[in-house]
Amino acid sequence: MRTRLILFFLLTVLVASIVGPWVSPYDLSDVSNLRLDSPSWTHWLGTDLHGRDLLTRLLYGGRISLLVGFVGATVSLFVGVTYGLIAGYLGGRIDNAMMRLVDVLYALPRIVLVIVLISLFDLKLKSFLDHTWFASLAPHARLLLLFMGLGLVEWLTLARIVRAQVLSIKERPFVLSARLIGQTTPTILFRQILPQVLPTVSTYLTLALPAVILEESFLSFLGLGVQAPLASWGTLLADGTALLNPIQSPWWCVLFPALILATTLLLLNFLGDELRQAKK
Amino acid sequence: MLSFIARRLISSIPVVLTVLALCFLLVRIAPGSPFATERALDPKTKAYLEEKYGLSGSLPQQIIRYGSNVLHGDLGDSLKFRGRTVVEIIAQSLPRSLLLGSIAFTLALGLGIPMGAWAAARHNKAPDHWLNSIALLTLSIPTFVLAPIAVLFFSFGIPLFPPAGWGTLPQLVLPSLCLALPFVGVCARLTRSGLIETTGADFIRTARAKGVTEKTLILIHALRPAVIPLVAYAGPLAASILTGSLVIEEIFAIPGIGQFFVSGVMNRDVFLVSGVVLIYCVLLLFFNLVADWLTAILDPRVRVQS
Amino acid sequence: MMLRRGIPGLTGLLLACFFFSSCQPRPRADLVLCNGAEPQTLDPALVSGQLEGRLCSALYEGLTRRDSRGKSIPAAAKSWDISPDGKTYTFHLRPDLRWSNGDPVTSSDYRESWLRALHPNTASPYAEIFFGISNAQEFNQGKSPAESVGLQVPDPLTLRVQLTHPLPYFPSLTSFTTYLPVHQATVTKYGDRWAQPGTWVGNGPYRLLDWKINDRVSLEKNPLYHSPERIRLQRIDALAVTRASTAFNLYSSGQADLLLDKGLIPSLMLPQLRGRPDFHPGPLFATYFYRFNVTRPPFQDVRVRRAFALAIDKETIVERITRGNEPIAQSLTPRGIADYHPPEGLPSDPTTAQGLLKLAGFPGGRGFPRVSLLYNKSELNEQIAVEIQAQWKRVLGVEVELRNQEWATYLRSLDELDFDIARSSWVGDYDDPNTFLDCFVTGRGNNRTGWSDPTYDSLLNRALAEPNPTKRLQLLANAETILVSQALPIIPLYHFVGCLMFDPNQWEGLYPNLLDEHPFSEIGPKGK
Repeated sequence: MRTRLILFFLLTVLVASIVGPWVSPYDLSDVSNLRLDSPSWTHWLGTDLHGRDLLTRLLYGGRISLLVGFVGATVSLFVGVTYGLIAGYLGGRIDNAMMRLVDVLYALPRIVLVIVLISLFDLKLKSFLDHTWFASLAPHARLLLLFMGLGLVEWLTLARIVRAQVLSIKERPFVLSARLIGQTTPTILFRQILPQVLPTVSTYLTLALPAVILEESFLSFLGLGVQAPLASWGTLLADGTALLNPIQSPWWCVLFPALILATTLLLLNFLGDELRQAKK
Repeated sequence: MLSFIARRLISSIPVVLTVLALCFLLVRIAPGSPFATERALDPKTKAYLEEKYGLSGSLPQQIIRYGSNVLHGDLGDSLKFRGRTVVEIIAQSLPRSLLLGSIAFTLALGLGIPMGAWAAARHNKAPDHWLNSIALLTLSIPTFVLAPIAVLFFSFGIPLFPPAGWGTLPQLVLPSLCLALPFVGVCARLTRSGLIETTGADFIRTARAKGVTEKTLILIHALRPAVIPLVAYAGPLAASILTGSLVIEEIFAIPGIGQFFVSGVMNRDVFLVSGVVLIYCVLLLFFNLVADWLTAILDPRVRVQS
Repeated sequence: MMLRRGIPGLTGLLLACFFFSSCQPRPRADLVLCNGAEPQTLDPALVSGQLEGRLCSALYEGLTRRDSRGKSIPAAAKSWDISPDGKTYTFHLRPDLRWSNGDPVTSSDYRESWLRALHPNTASPYAEIFFGISNAQEFNQGKSPAESVGLQVPDPLTLRVQLTHPLPYFPSLTSFTTYLPVHQATVTKYGDRWAQPGTWVGNGPYRLLDWKINDRVSLEKNPLYHSPERIRLQRIDALAVTRASTAFNLYSSGQADLLLDKGLIPSLMLPQLRGRPDFHPGPLFATYFYRFNVTRPPFQDVRVRRAFALAIDKETIVERITRGNEPIAQSLTPRGIADYHPPEGLPSDPTTAQGLLKLAGFPGGRGFPRVSLLYNKSELNEQIAVEIQAQWKRVLGVEVELRNQEWATYLRSLDELDFDIARSSWVGDYDDPNTFLDCFVTGRGNNRTGWSDPTYDSLLNRALAEPNPTKRLQLLANAETILVSQALPIIPLYHFVGCLMFDPNQWEGLYPNLLDEHPFSEIGPKGK
């Protein structure tokens, strides 16, 4: 029952993000003279510094943020779980080597990787895309780079956690007996051990999806997120927070993006919890 | 035990060197020169500066040059902050980040674990839901939003703490809280899920059947294996929290080491970036070692691989 | 369980150690100011930023210096003679000049410091500021030995300078940071690391007491300065703060007494701050402008450039975005230089803009190639870019893409002419229009547009040799007319405005001025 409720709200957010921009009378980059207007009947959530309607931008932003989160988390899921399973089960030198690789990749601050990735490939990717069939994607080169960068970073922690669990699980009686009766390693990994690991994985995953979205917002804070005039919840938050000051702050520029971001992430986390309960 | 540590240390050295080389490479291949200013730079001057700082020649040559310097203890000079060595910059900035990070780490665990345990004990009842929600809330707000809001409320709204700066005790409060808060939620949730997991296990059921109280059950029997995922998480967490956060340092004007990760890359200050990455790397390897050791202690079923 | 008890104890001990090692609170300085980012260096030959320049003006003293209103006055040189042809200056130094370690300051110190800044191996970013001196450029390019440069020291208190052309503003030029002297023996002994607390030596009103990276630079009154009665503050702390909101918070909470940069005040607050007694605005000798890359289409066509320039509504930018009451820029050189009348430039004229674009072959923006607007990442740059992008779309029907890059990449794109339109700004180094106009001479490193106009070049050359000041300024104005009204390789947008924030009941000696000079030696507590 609760699951249905949570799903309902999440779907509302998703649908609103997809459909909303088409329905709204305003465009993403409709600059107007009603700058920094507090919420009113014409602009339900107010306007930003350039007079753009905040609600419309939030809906557009939802598209980007949810997309980034989903793609990034999916990548991290597949790569991280597989890696952790293999390393933890095989143990010994292979485990050592695999985890050393994880250590190397982990020890490289992600921001270094992302900045370099973006400045290096931004233009090249754009001109590459221009010349291929995907020309319409060219302006979104930055976005694609974000997917790659964020996805390439999130899987590491998951791999570590899965491996730690597998180390403990593989000594359990049911695994030992599975080995005795001659089950192949992949079968053991995916039929026996994976189900044991899934609860922690799903907990971590419901932390990973929001984490990716948050990571994207941090990159927006640094100015490396999606390019203007595109928006994501992260860029809206970054823009809004920059306007805070002790004298007169346009609170709506911070409150509404923060609210939608927090609510969506909360709902995703709750969903993960519910799914985990259901598995039991 | 000791041989395990020794082996880990030895196998760590190539890791550290690989990371350094990778980092150096990345910063050098990024477009733009560390010597560029808004006024145009003469190519001869640029060549001279590159020669002076050991950045001439092909990339492999530069990497090898840098690597051998590092092995002799020379981390190079900063390209942006002229006249300062990387060692000097790190020596001044690192203690501040360590201090702030230690406080934040202690807060994160010190608040997170009890919260998680308390929630697990009241699993599926109202307090659990509330606590879970609060934990999740702390995860859902980025630090760069939380920090300015905290300053607005607790520095100007109610003038409790100074809004920025470094040097006095009250100036530590807001930054360490903001640094710790996102991780309190994660720690609480990992503890909670770990406990819920473990309390369903066989050996717990046995203990319960034997008449052990719920409290003893959780604190003594269940907690130890339950925190394994938390320990695995806390390893990298310690390393990253101790090297500070760009957001916190910028917003609270803290002269720590975290900002160099970003500003260093932006300035293409390759030696400084490599230097701070080295520190991060060392801390990471150290805390991973500690985490693995703790895992072995906490779960007797884990055999340390020989 | 033992772990549990041991860990808090250990942590507590560690914390105590760290705390005492990393916090060394001193009594509060007499004046605390937010200086902007961490200074890159305090070696005046290597300085290129204003925040470092501010500190250098306190640590070293040139032949002349700026007073609190930005006017150039004698400093280390008590007087100078000018030859009839205007090309030879003879400076007479004060006899009571001392370095902070007791050594006397002589004219050779100045000659050697200037030669050091000119030396190719020093790689000074501002070497060209000496190029008015004969053979200075050749020496800097390695074509001529140091002895050939037009600097002589007939005696320890006299410095003779030979210029290639009569430069009326030369004395005021000697107050510029790169012209400040360094203690040669210290530099030789300590190499790159000489400008650190402990080894530093200088001859200015203040000494370098301490310098904690990313924290603060602490200055202390120099007891060996020649006029110590002039210096009213014993200790000054310059904090390194980058974010405007943080700087303003420090000021609001009383931890800082003074903000010198408008960039350290959140722009949103400016309208509210305007009436306050502690808010002191004033125009600056700096301009924000957009550059065109004239080497490739479509901006090869001057009609397209004109159209883009005419389509911009600069008033909206300064009213809604920058909010500092900045004067909109119709010329590149800001007003305020005595006797200089910059040209009128182009107004905002959407109709003509559309007509021009049509003439150029893109009626209503149809068929216009995809172009991008490049800027380095910053809130303000992005806000302005978004605004102008919308204006161009509305008036011309043209879609301009926004392209932000971080600083290093942005500079490279500028140098390699890898852009269509790029955001830029220029701060005048000395109070003469030449500092702005010189950039756009053919082939200059700071040109960065690919634009070249022989008439413009020749006008500037003639101005260099022109002894009559009025005629000279007229030549410069003619050149500028070509730049901003006819050829338009750039679109000036607005002139910067500076804001000082300080309590006028507490401090005096601070006045907003065109050159944004606020020498620390002039600041003092009010009424004492």
